[in-house]
Amino acid sequence: MSETIETSRGDAVVRDALMAETMRGMAHVILHEEIAKDGLVNFWVSASDIRTVLFTLKQPAARLRMLYDITALDERQREHRDGLPDSTFTVSYHLVAFAGPHDEIRLKVPLLGLDPHVPTASDIWPSANWFEREVWDLFGVVFDGHPHLTRILTPPTWVGHPLRKDHYARATERPPYTLSEDQVFHEQEALRFDPSAWGMRKHSDNSDFMFLNVGPNHPSVHGVFRVVLQLEGEEIVDAVPDIGFHHRGAEKMAERQSWHTFIPYTDRVDYVGGVMNNFPYVMAVEKLAGITVPDRAQMIRVMLAEFFRIASHLVFYGTMVQDLGQLSPVFYIFTDREKVFEIIEAICGFRMHPAFFRIGGVALDLPNGWDEKIRAFLDYMPPRLAEYDKLVMQNPLFKARTKGIGAYTTEEAIDWGITGPGLRATGLEWDMRRVQPYACYDQLEFDIPTAVNGDCYDRVAVHIEEIRQSLRIIRQCVDNMPSGPFKAEHPLSMPPPKARTMHDIETLIHHFVSVTWGPVVPAGEARCMIEATKGINSYHLVSDGGTMSYRTRIRTPSFAHLQMLPLLSRGVLIADLIAIIGSIDFVMADVDR
Amino acid sequence: MIVPMPIIIVVTFAAVMGVAAVSTMVERRLLGFFQDRPGPNRVGPFGMFQVVADAVKMLFKQDWVPPFADKPVFLLAPIVGFMAVLLEFGVIPITPHWSIAGDLNVGLLFVFAMMGLAVYSVVLAGWSSNNKFALLGGMRAAAQMISYEVFMGLSLLGVVMTAGSFSLHDIVLAQSRCWFVIPQFLGCIVFLIAGIAETHRLPFDLPEGENELGAGFHTEYSGMKFGMFFLAEYAGVAMISALITTLYLGGWGGPILPPFLWFAIKVVFLICFFILLRAALPRPRYDQLMSFGWKILLPVSLINIVLTGAILLWQAGA
Repeated sequence: MSETIETSRGDAVVRDALMAETMRGMAHVILHEEIAKDGLVNFWVSASDIRTVLFTLKQPAARLRMLYDITALDERQREHRDGLPDSTFTVSYHLVAFAGPHDEIRLKVPLLGLDPHVPTASDIWPSANWFEREVWDLFGVVFDGHPHLTRILTPPTWVGHPLRKDHYARATERPPYTLSEDQVFHEQEALRFDPSAWGMRKHSDNSDFMFLNVGPNHPSVHGVFRVVLQLEGEEIVDAVPDIGFHHRGAEKMAERQSWHTFIPYTDRVDYVGGVMNNFPYVMAVEKLAGITVPDRAQMIRVMLAEFFRIASHLVFYGTMVQDLGQLSPVFYIFTDREKVFEIIEAICGFRMHPAFFRIGGVALDLPNGWDEKIRAFLDYMPPRLAEYDKLVMQNPLFKARTKGIGAYTTEEAIDWGITGPGLRATGLEWDMRRVQPYACYDQLEFDIPTAVNGDCYDRVAVHIEEIRQSLRIIRQCVDNMPSGPFKAEHPLSMPPPKARTMHDIETLIHHFVSVTWGPVVPAGEARCMIEATKGINSYHLVSDGGTMSYRTRIRTPSFAHLQMLPLLSRGVLIADLIAIIGSIDFVMADVDR
Repeated sequence: MIVPMPIIIVVTFAAVMGVAAVSTMVERRLLGFFQDRPGPNRVGPFGMFQVVADAVKMLFKQDWVPPFADKPVFLLAPIVGFMAVLLEFGVIPITPHWSIAGDLNVGLLFVFAMMGLAVYSVVLAGWSSNNKFALLGGMRAAAQMISYEVFMGLSLLGVVMTAGSFSLHDIVLAQSRCWFVIPQFLGCIVFLIAGIAETHRLPFDLPEGENELGAGFHTEYSGMKFGMFFLAEYAGVAMISALITTLYLGGWGGPILPPFLWFAIKVVFLICFFILLRAALPRPRYDQLMSFGWKILLPVSLINIVLTGAILLWQAGA
C-alpha cells in the first residue's frame, strides 16, 4: 500500500499511496501523471471528469480525506511546462487524508480560453465553497453550480481578476485612481447587505428578523472582519461572514519579489505567528532548489517557531478570555508574551516580524549567552500557566460560557477543512510535526494534546496544553543545540556565502548577480505544509526558472476556519457567537492575505 | 448639633457627585493594581487630577445628538438615570443627624421607587438611540433590572421584618447590638448580587456588554450626556454600598470613631469590593443570568423570608 518516493533532493518520503492507486484504477480519466519536486503525484483530469474523481476519492469516509485546497494557475506566461496538457488556466485540487499514514494527492484540471468553466465541488466538500469563490475572484474561473459565486477577497465593485498575469500588480501600472462622489455612493451601496441575495427571508411566520451588522469595526471580531447576523431576539438564525477587508494581495506581490525578498512579506500573513510563516516558504524554496539545511539551522528554526507558537497561543488565550468579559488575565498573559518577545528580539533583533529565516538557513547565528534567557523563561512560564488554569479554566462562569458551545465533530472538521488545535480538540490526534516530520521534529519528544468534545472550552484547553508542549520542545532544543554552520553552503542560499567571492572574477560575478537579482531557482512545483500556530499552513510555489516566483499560493488555516462560522453560530445567542469567534483562533491577515 | 436643611442637601449631593467622580479614578487605579500595570498616573500627584481632566474633556466635547435619534427622549434618558440615583441618597441616614429626608417612615420603599425609575433611563436610552446594539442593550437592561429588583425587594423583607420598620433610621438603630449581616446572611448575599445586577456592573454588565454590543445602551452617547450615565453608574455603586452598609452592616454604628467615619469606611470597603469583582470575573450569558435569578435567587430569598418569619414568631411566642 505505502510507497517510498525519492524526491529531487534525494531524501525518501514515506507516504500512503491509496489515493494514487484509486486514481490509477480509473486510468481512462487521467490525462497526464507527473511527480512534482515535492514528491507529490499530480494527476491531470479533464473538467468533465473532476466531479466523478472527487466523489470517488472522498470514499471511504473512514479515511478522513480533506479537500485541503483549491487554487489555480495562469499558465499563459509559463515557459517550462514540457509534456503537460494544454491549458490557459489550471485549477488544482489538493487532497489530504487525515487517517492512517500520510496520503496526499494533487488533481489538476486544464482549462482553455479566457472564460474557463469547471463544475463545482462545494456539494461534495463544503470547504470548497470559499476556495472556489476565491479562485473565481482572483482568476475568473467560473465554477458551474456554485451556490453563491461572488467576489470574496476583492470588493464587489472590482473590475478584473487580480491574479491573472495580465492584471496590473502595482498602482504605477494603471492610470491614477480617483474616487468621485458618485463612486463613493456606488461603493457604499455595494456593501449594503441584501438578505435576499443570500436566500434569507426577512420575516418568519410570526415575527420579523433583525439583521445586525457586526464588524468590520467591532471590539470582538479580532480585526477587520464583518459578520451579518439574522436575529430573532438575541438568537442567531443565520450568519454571513464577510471577509476581504484585510486583503493585501500577498500572492500577487510574491510574483514581483525575488525569492529572497518575499520572506518579510510572509511574516505579515499570520501577523502573530512571526517566523512560523517563514518556515513553510523557505522550506518550499529549498525543495525547489535542492538545498539541504544544516542541523544547527534546523534546530534554531524549530526553536524560534515554537517560541512564536507560544506567543500566538498566548494572544489567543488572552483575547479569548477578554471576549468573555474577564478583564484581568489578558494583562498577565501579554506580560508573558512580552518576555517571549524579549528573547526573540535578543536572537533576531526584531520582535513580532523578524523575517529571520533565510533560504538555506537563518540570518544570524545565536548570540552569546542566548540560552540563559531562554532557560529563565522556561522556568518562569509553567507556574504562570498553572495560575491561569485556576483563574480561567476552573472558573465556573468561564466553563458555563464555553462548555458545549460551538462544538463540531471530527468528520465535520474534515469536511470544512479545519486543521490545527481546532481539529485536535475534536479528539483526532493529528499533527504535521509528527505525521510528516519536517526540520528536526523527528528528533524531538512531545505529545499531541487532544480533547473530546470539540467545543470552545476544549479548543482553549488544547491551546494551553500546546504551550506546555512547546516549552518542552524548546528545552530540548536548548539542551541539544548542535554546533556547525547556520546556513547551507549552497550557491542558491541567500545571501550567498561571502567568503567564496574573493577567489576569481567568476565567483565574484555570481555573487553579484545573486545578491542583486536574487537566486535563480530551477523550474518546478513544490509545496510545503507545516503545523503552524493556527493549523496547517502551506506555501505552494511554482517556479518557471526565474528570479521570482511564477505563482505563490498561501493556504492558511484561518481562511478555512472562518468559513465554518455560520454552521457553528446557528441557534446560539450573540454572546455565544463572541465566544465561538474567540475560540476559533484566526487572524484576519491570515484569512485575507 | 442641628445643621440647617439646605446645607445638608447641598453638601450631600455635592459629596455624592464627588464620590462618583473620584471612584472612576479609584477604579482605574485599583484595576491597574490588580492587573500589574500603573493605571492613570500622569495628571497631578498619583494621577489624582485625572478626574478633573476627564470632567473637562466631557464638558467641552461637542454636544452631539445623532440625526436618527428620538431627540427629546434621547436627552431625557441620562437625566432620569442621574436624578433617580441622586434622589435615592436623600433617605440614607449618613449619621444619626445627617439625612436629607430625616427619619422617613417609608424610606426603603422610596429607594425602590427610585430604582424602578432608573430602569427607564436605560431602556429609553436604548430605544431612543435608534441603534440596534443600543436596542439590544436596552432590552437586556429592562429584563435584567426588573427581575433583579424582585429578588432585591424580597431579600430585604427579612430586614424589614426583623427591624419592624421601613425607616432606614430605625433599621440602623435596630442593629445596635448585632449587624443584620449575621441573622440575615442569606438575604445579604442575595441583596449584594441583585445590587450588582441593578447597577449593571461586571459581571452583570450585560446591558453594556462591550465585547458583544460595543457599548450597549449608551453606544450613541458622547460628551456630558455619556458623562451622566457614567456618573450615575458610579453613584449607583456608591448607593448600593451605602444601602448594604445601612441595612446589613450597622450603618453609622461602631466603636470609638465618629459615626460619619464608620459609615464612610464601610462604604469605601464595599466600593473596592465591587471593583475587585470587576477585575476577577467573566460575564455570564444573558439567559444564564436570568435563570440564575429566577431559579436560585428567588427560592433563596423566599426561604430567607420564611425562616426569618418562623424565628420571629418563635421568639415572640417564647
